[in-house]
Formats: sequence, structure tokens, C-alpha cells
Amino acid sequence: MRRFRKTAAAALTAGLTAVLAAGCGGGTSTNSEGSNDNPKELTYWATNQGSSIQQDKKVLTPELKKFQKRTGIKVKLEVIPWSSLLDRILAATSSGQGPDVLNIGNTWSSSLQKGGGLLRWDRRTLARVGGEKRFTPSAMAATGAKGKPPAAVPLYGLTYGLYYNKKQFKDAGIGQPPRTWDELVADGKKLNKHGHTGIAVEGGNLQENAHHAFILGKQHGADFFDSSGKPTFDRPANVKAVKQYVDLLANDEIAAKGDAEYAQNQSVRDFATGKAGMLLWQAARTSLLAHGMKSGEYGVARVPFQTAHPLGGRRVNTMVGGINIAVFKNTDNHDGALKFVKFMTSVKEQKLLNNAYGGVSPVLKAQQDPPRSPDEAVQREAMAESAAPLPQVPDESQFENLVGTAVKNLFADAAAGKKVTTASVRRELSKAQQQMGK
Amino acid sequence: MSATTGTHRPCPYGRSAPDARAPGADPGGGGERPQPVRTRPRFAERLRRGGVPYLLLFPALVLELLIHIAPMVIGVVMSFKQLVQQYIRDWGAAPWSGLDNFRVAVDFDAPVGQALLRSFGITCAFTVLAVALNWLLGVTAAILMQDRFRGRGVLRALFLTPYALPVYTAVITWSFMLQHDNGLVNHVLHDQLGLTGSRSFWLVGGNSFVSLVVVSVWRTWPFAFLMLTAALQNIPQDVYEAAQVDGAGVWGRIRHITLPALRPVNQVLVLVLFLWTFNDFNVPYVLFGKSAPEAADLISIHIYQSSFVTWNFGSGSAMSVLLLLFLLVVTAGYLLVTGRGGRREADV
Repeated sequence: MRRFRKTAAAALTAGLTAVLAAGCGGGTSTNSEGSNDNPKELTYWATNQGSSIQQDKKVLTPELKKFQKRTGIKVKLEVIPWSSLLDRILAATSSGQGPDVLNIGNTWSSSLQKGGGLLRWDRRTLARVGGEKRFTPSAMAATGAKGKPPAAVPLYGLTYGLYYNKKQFKDAGIGQPPRTWDELVADGKKLNKHGHTGIAVEGGNLQENAHHAFILGKQHGADFFDSSGKPTFDRPANVKAVKQYVDLLANDEIAAKGDAEYAQNQSVRDFATGKAGMLLWQAARTSLLAHGMKSGEYGVARVPFQTAHPLGGRRVNTMVGGINIAVFKNTDNHDGALKFVKFMTSVKEQKLLNNAYGGVSPVLKAQQDPPRSPDEAVQREAMAESAAPLPQVPDESQFENLVGTAVKNLFADAAAGKKVTTASVRRELSKAQQQMGK
Repeated sequence: MSATTGTHRPCPYGRSAPDARAPGADPGGGGERPQPVRTRPRFAERLRRGGVPYLLLFPALVLELLIHIAPMVIGVVMSFKQLVQQYIRDWGAAPWSGLDNFRVAVDFDAPVGQALLRSFGITCAFTVLAVALNWLLGVTAAILMQDRFRGRGVLRALFLTPYALPVYTAVITWSFMLQHDNGLVNHVLHDQLGLTGSRSFWLVGGNSFVSLVVVSVWRTWPFAFLMLTAALQNIPQDVYEAAQVDGAGVWGRIRHITLPALRPVNQVLVLVLFLWTFNDFNVPYVLFGKSAPEAADLISIHIYQSSFVTWNFGSGSAMSVLLLLFLLVVTAGYLLVTGRGGRREADV
């Protein structure tokens, strides 16, 4: 009997220990809508836009002080790293314990819209920040599923640009930046011959991988979702797109093998320190300067197309990147939150913030000045002419994670010396697609 | 030995209860109508005496329910629901899905089940390897530190350092060391010693399993060391001396005195190490991030991916429940087997 009790007690203890791992999460459902119970205070979750969290705080704090001076509302700022932002939002949504205002990656808009934790921006709500006509149409297209009230409004706009090292290009005898991918690979090989790495890629970063897969997919005339929202990851054109991206490291060998494990913006560092001659990045200026590169040392060009003059839907070389600002449905300072969004999207703040972060403002009126840097000029042009929003389907964030992981695995294979073939790419993409579930 | 005798004793309350009903403790004795009058104070008395322990236990019981049982029950309930993104805000609205989540998880012909099975296999291999190494290192170091010598305290403290460091700090340092281009490990193995033909990848591809085992063992073995060191203190020195007089060598003493004496501690230690290692989330997450390389796809990360990353909490909970059942079965089996073995030995 005693032994039984001992065993039972031990088994129970063991079981409970196991449950600590099993019962992750837990929360209460809540249906409370926003209120104005706490009109003097706001909590704001900002995304990490600058080169560090500290830098973000330095940029935002004076603006929040300005807002407090004007309205008397104190804003408590928390800058959240990208690696944990989505988990934090999910936890906030399920528990009802979240910030009042928050930044989200604009690609998550429809996923979070379906989650129902964010305030719906119907026409009346939008009117309180000046209406949707204030924003560029491409940015508005990335605020939620078509035909539904947006889940957020645009805050910062970002597009991809091709950053290149001017001196290395000159030394290698390259006259002008590449316009097609073939030219890019050829230039990369020339750079390799001169002792540099052709291009730096962020192979372990799921989001970066997914973005490039999407852009190249568009250039090959494909989409990762069909019109009914069903995943089509392993269509031939998508396979071609992913293979082309991984080949930068695998078969063209113009990216360094070590890039396969980069996930903490090491590729930006490699470019800034001259290790690599090219980089595809969104608004890299502030990060490059923070790494000690001088603004005259690098040039910015548009991301290459497949051919010099692509037509129609294939004329895409960036996604509509950017950050949206959203209000949490459970806010206890509904009016204050809307005031804050209006403040953050005002022309003056837009110019200031987008300049500080090197992006393009999604607010039309803030775009009327001449561009302040070549970086901004390229981004504005891309945003206006050749940017496509990532699929606005509820499964978008799963797409980023699963396709991003597939590309990461392929990079790892290539780095380990395994051959990357059309078949191996298709296998990885099929696997990702099957994991999308029902 | 003391560990087992300790567990034999903790029933003072249980024993005191019958004592309370002893004839001496009958204050209201005598009177015209003895029966009804007597039972009432006796009952109150019994409640008072017998109730105190339960009263004292009550807060702990409530907390236990809140902290352990409630999440477990919620987790189990979630596993029967189709809890996907649109229901995150209001879990109650998620439709019941019966056994669907479980069916998907154990359908080993479909990709989800296949991946889960693979991850399970990797986790088992990882756990066996890590627990064995933890125990071996722990017992070796504990025995070597048993005799007094100069600097023993310093060495003991040094050995315990990995266990005292915060997980995140320690493991992120490892991840820097294991980097392909600038990592210390490649610098030593390749640049300095020339052991590898080219720099190896430690954080992606097949080697990531080795990295995971090394980092995990580095972090956990001090715990084994600590437990076993404490257990060794309880072996009387004269037993060793007697054995030495009888002509037993070092190995003989370890085999016939040290290891048998450590048996009860080992029983618990191996179990705890097994559960910790099997469930470990921190080390792989900090080392590899959200999506672990296939070779090091531990089940805890895998379940995290299946619920948080794909926003399907029902499916993730179902996998967790399966994991829980597996761990319960293993633990119960383990305790039965080791308990029986221990008894046989005691009978001899």
C-alpha cells in the first residue's frame, strides 16, 4: 500500500510536470468592447524599425511627449522585437489584456482581422483620422481582406531596393547596377572574382525568405494562393521562383554559405562592412549608417526583373511592405487611441518618422516634397509602379512561416553541399503546403 | 538511503487522528442521556482536530488546482475544439471537433502525423542520449569530488555555474559560439586545430542535433552532479574503509558500495532528467528560433509550431495531450519497474 501511494504520488508529480509543457497558454474569452474608462493614458506597442530597440525609443519618445503636451494623454511605449511580436499579439487577443494601440506588420492584416482582436476601421472610424483617401491606394490595399472594414491604417511604407557597394562595383568593372536577375548573377560572379561575396542573403529569416519567394513568384506569373484563398505553393512557377532565390547560394554561388543561418540581420552587417557587394533590403539606410557605412559609399537601385521590360502582372519587384497601426478592440481609451492614430498619421509626424526610419510615407500629402535621398526616390518609384501587396488572405502569416521555413531548409541543404534541384524545391514546397491543413 | 526513510515518515497527522479518539479525550463523559449528548461534542472535536491539517492544506490545494489542474483541464478541452484564428478572441465560440485533432495528429500517412512521428523519434533519441550523458558526467564528477583535496570547493562551484546561469543568456552565447562564420567552435576546430576540412554548420543541417545535445547536457549535468554529490555525503566513510581492508579496489568500491547506495537517488534523478529533457523548450528555441532544423526538431518546438505559428491551438493541444499520455505511461512504467527491482534487492 505504501509503495502504491509512493508510486501514485510520483506519477502524479511527473504528470503535472509534463502538463506544464502541455498546457501552454490558457486564457479567458472576453467580449468586452472598447470604452473610455481611462482617458488619460495609452499603452503603445511599437515595432522595431530602427537599428535597435534603443534607437526606436530615442526616435519615438520626443514625439510621444509632443502628443502628451497637446492632448494630456500619457503614452506608455514598449518597443517589441519582431521575433516575439506575433506571439504577443496572439496572447493579447486571447486574454483581452493588451495595449491600446499597436503596430503590426501590414502583411498580417487579414490574419489579425480574422482573429477579431483589433478595432474595425469602418467608414465612420476612418473619418476620425481623415478618411482613407489620405493614404496611397497600395498601402490601403494591405490593411485587410478586400471588401471588409480594414483592421488597421498604414503607418510606414517600405519597399525592397537593391543596395550595392559603389567602390566594389567600380573595382570589378561594373558600370551600372543590374536590371535583370541574369545581370545580377553575372555581376555577382565578377564581384566574387575580386575577392568579395556577390550578394548577402538572410537565409535563416523566415519573413525575408517568404517575401523574396513572393516577389519572384509574381515575376514568374504565379501566386501562392488562388482566387478562393487555397494555397498553391508547389505550382511550377513558384518552384521556379524559390529555386531562383536559393540558387544565389546554391548553384550561382554568389552568396556565402554562411548566409544560410543568418537570421539576425547579419546580411546587413556584411554589406555595410564591405564583405558582400549587394543586398536586397527594405529601407536599409539607417541600419547601414548605424553599422558605420557612409551614405556616399552605397548606391540604391530597383530590384531586378526577369527581363529588362516586363509586362503586366510580371512587372513586380517588391511587395508593399510596411507597418500598419491598429487599435486594440478592448482598449479602455477608445477616443484617445483614435487621437493618437490621427497624430501618428499626420503629415508632420509622417515626414519626420518615415525619414528617421528610411521608409516612404503611405500618406499622400507627406510625399509631395522632393525625395531626400536616392533611397527614398527608388522606394517611392517602386511603391507607385511595381509593388504588389502580399496575399491578403487569413492564412498569410502561416504562408510566411511555412514557405519561409521551406526556403530556410533549402538554403541549409545548399550550404551543406547537397544539390538543390527543381525536384527538391518542389518537395519542400509541397510539404509546406500540406501543413496548411484544411 | 535517507531519501526513502524520509518518505516513510510523513504521516504524523494520519496517526494522530486515532489517538484523538482515545478514551482519554472524551471530555463530556457521564450524564443522564449519554448517547446523543456525547456524539455531538465528539463530532465537533473530531472535526476540530482532524480538520486542522486539511485547513492548513487548503490554500495549497486551491493553488494546486489553479496552477496545475486548471491549465491541464483547459488544455484537454482545447484539444477537442477546432480552435483556429477566428476564435482566438472568444474560445467558447470555437466549434467542437470531437477526435478530429487527434486523428490528424496520429494519421502517420499524412504530412502532419508523419512530421509529428519524426519529431517524436528525434526527441526520444535526444532524450536518451542527453540523460545518459548527464548522468554519466554527473556521477563521474561527483565521485571524483568525493575526497577532499585543494581547490575542491572552487571546482564544485565552477561545475555548477552552467546551472546557475539564466537559460537565455547561456544558450544565446552558445548560439554565437556555434555560428558558421564567426563562431568560436569553428575557429578552434577548423582555424586552429585544422580538424575539419571546411567550416561546419552547427545551427542548420544535420550537425544541429549534435549542437543541441552538447548545449543541453552542458546546461543540465550540474543538476545531476549536485544531486549525486549530496547523496554521496550519506555513505558512511567506514564502509569504504572496511571494503578497503577486505581488499576491494577503486572499481570494486564504486561497484559494490557507491552505486548501490546511490540507487534511490538515481531512481528519482533519472526520471526528473528524462521529463525535463523530453519537454525542454528553452534550449532549442533560443538556439534555433521558431523553426528548428529538421535534425533537431524536438517535440516541444514542433508543438509550438503547430499551434502558435500556424494558429491552430486545437491541434497543438491534441499533440500536447498525446505527449502527456506518453509521459504518464513511461513514468508509471518506470516507477513500477524500478520500484519492483528495488524491493527485490532489499529482500535479498
